[in-house]
Amino acid sequence: MSLSLGHFLTLGAALFAISIVGIFMNRKNLIVLLMAIELMLLAVNTNFVAFSSYLGDMHGQVFVFFILTVAAAESAIGLAILVLLFRNKSTIDVQELNELKG
Amino acid sequence: MDWITGLFYVFSAVLLVSAFRVITARNTVHATLFLMLAFFQASMIWMLLRAEFLAITLVLVYLGAVMVLFLFVVMMLDINVDAMREGFWKNLPLAALLGALMAVEIGLIVQGDFGQVTEPVLMEGSNTKALGMLLYTEYLYPLEIAAVLLLVAIISAIALTLRQRKDSKFMHASEQVLAKKSERLRVVKMDAVVPPKPAQADTPEASS
Repeated sequence: MSLSLGHFLTLGAALFAISIVGIFMNRKNLIVLLMAIELMLLAVNTNFVAFSSYLGDMHGQVFVFFILTVAAAESAIGLAILVLLFRNKSTIDVQELNELKG
Repeated sequence: MDWITGLFYVFSAVLLVSAFRVITARNTVHATLFLMLAFFQASMIWMLLRAEFLAITLVLVYLGAVMVLFLFVVMMLDINVDAMREGFWKNLPLAALLGALMAVEIGLIVQGDFGQVTEPVLMEGSNTKALGMLLYTEYLYPLEIAAVLLLVAIISAIALTLRQRKDSKFMHASEQVLAKKSERLRVVKMDAVVPPKPAQADTPEASS
C-alpha cells in the first residue's frame, strides 16, 4: 500500500481539527491561541504542498511561500501586540480585554 | 507497506501528538517547544512530498526565527498559569465534538476522492530552481508586495513595542535646529567696570 493524496489531506484535516479544539479550550491564554493559529496555517500549507506534489503543479508551493511570509509577519505583529498588552494590563487573559466595550 | 509509508506514519504520529501537547501543555514554554517539534515533523513530511526548498525554509524561518521569537515572548511574560487554566476542561465536550465532526467530515471527503490519487507526479529538475523560476517571473509582483509586507511588519513591531524612557536626557534635533539666536542670547550694553556704590558695597550683586 503506497501513500495516496488522501493520506496527506487527512493529516492536514486532523491537524486543523486539533488546532480548532485548542482554540476552544484555551479561551483565556492569548499566546496559546496564537500558537493554535500557527498550527492551522501549517495544516493548510501541508494541504497545499500535498496537492502541488500530487498534481505536478508548482503554483501550490509558490502559494505556500507567500503564506509563510504572511504568517511570519502576522506572528511578529501579534507578539508585539501581546507584549504591549502585557505591559499595559499585566495579563494576557482574553476575558480581561473588554476596554472597548464593543 | 514500503519505507516511505512507514516514515510518513511515524512523522504524522509525532506531529499529531506534539500538536495535541501544544494545546494541552500546562507550561507555555513546553507548548512552544512542542510547537517547534510539530513544525519540524511537518517539514519532514514536506520533504517526503519532494518540496525540499519549502521544507528547509520552514525549518530555517519558522524554527529559527518565529519560534525563537515565541520563546522570547513566553519567557518574558510572567503568566499566572492557574488563572489561565481556569475553565480549561469545561470547554472540552463542545470542543471535542466540534473537532471530531470537522476531522471526520474532511476525512470522509478527502478519502473518497483523493484516496485514488496514489502516484505523485515526479517533476524533473531541482525543486528550488522550479520555484525560483516561478517566483521571479510569473509571481514577481506578488513577491515584491510580500517584501513590502515584511517591511511593514518590521516597522509596526518596532513602533508598537518602542517605549520612550522618562528619565532619558535626549534632545529634539528639530528644536535644536529651529532655535534662533535672538531667543537664547541677549546682548547687554554695560560699562566694563562698574563703579562701586558706597552704600551697598558689601552686597554680592553690586560687587559683580
